[in-house]
Amino acid sequence: MWDWLKAVPDPEIPVISLVDLGIIRDVAFEGETCVVTVTPTYSGCPATSIINLDIETKLRDEGLDRIELRRQLSPAWTTDWLSDEGREKLEEYGIAPPQPAGGPQRCPHCGGTHLEKLSQFGSTPCKAQWRCRDCLEPFDYFKCI
Amino acid sequence: MTDRTDLLEFLLRMGDNALILGHRVSEWCGHAPVLEEDIALANTALDLIGQTQLWLGYAAEVQGEGKSADDLAFLRDAWDFRNVLMVEMPNGDFGRTLMRQFFYDAWQSVLLGRLVKSSDRQVSEIAEKASKEVAYHLERSADTVVGLGDGTDESHRRMQDALDYLWPYAGELCQADEVDARLAKAGVTPDPATLRDEYFALVRRVLTDATLDIPEDDFHHTGGRTGRMHTEHLGHLLTQMQWLQRAYPNSTW
Repeated sequence: MWDWLKAVPDPEIPVISLVDLGIIRDVAFEGETCVVTVTPTYSGCPATSIINLDIETKLRDEGLDRIELRRQLSPAWTTDWLSDEGREKLEEYGIAPPQPAGGPQRCPHCGGTHLEKLSQFGSTPCKAQWRCRDCLEPFDYFKCI
Repeated sequence: MTDRTDLLEFLLRMGDNALILGHRVSEWCGHAPVLEEDIALANTALDLIGQTQLWLGYAAEVQGEGKSADDLAFLRDAWDFRNVLMVEMPNGDFGRTLMRQFFYDAWQSVLLGRLVKSSDRQVSEIAEKASKEVAYHLERSADTVVGLGDGTDESHRRMQDALDYLWPYAGELCQADEVDARLAKAGVTPDPATLRDEYFALVRRVLTDATLDIPEDDFHHTGGRTGRMHTEHLGHLLTQMQWLQRAYPNSTW
């Protein structure tokens, strides 16, 4: 079932899967019911309901009909749960992956290291806006939380 | 065993603060001075509405009348709201909006840090989730208050005006009544008296960095968090926020 869920893309950053994002916390059977435990990235992330719908649709397509989705708040989601594969895919896609230092390591377009922060917030709650002073391109940075 | 009525009152206070401030901040959407700030304000509002869903969702559960977070948000009237007066005040200019955000973020950062250790598991979990978002908000609002306060003559003047205007509303954040005392005794919430010093130490440090004069008068307006009396601004806000559910009851999309 983890393999099935690995095929479900994040609705806002479709290049990574829900499993890559680290928000699927558990998959288990309780009797005949498949229980998927999901944690939200940000409490107000509008993608949350779409994510639940996508999980349910995928599992139904694979032939399951008793499905329960459970929300788990604690431990709170952290970008440490992004998979290594997910981080690579983000960078290829043009989004700098999160760094513990609090800012991007390099420009995802040209690899330049002269970077400046434009805004703490970006196009989705999980991103911030930065710009590369080498190639002058703006880019999204996946916030580290 | 915690009194359910006390717990409900506390959850409404938390949820209503986030809801009303979230709505106020969202009023900036499409109007901020620059695009980046517009996006930042909209994202902040979104986080606040997300936290509202958690607090009011739990409030509805504790209330036990089969209502949802949406019912509590859209179908109560002004006298049922338990938000502090500060968050219902009109936005004013960008400086006043960010000064208010700073007062609120600083308060939340102190309070949520303690609520993580709440004896109530759901309160603790919501606090754990929200505190990560609030830490990020505080970084921005404190930086902006310092940047504008210690900025040009005009930005300094505007931030000083914002501080003078909002200062009499900051005290209500730390106000405590018998509900708080009972909840603190049960270990659900921290002792409010211990929060006050920590809060004002943080506020004073940032305002000093911002080169602003901190008002000496410690008079403060009250009435919001107990529901005794709101300002006239809350009713106007609700007519906008609740209009759709009032005009078309039970409509969904």
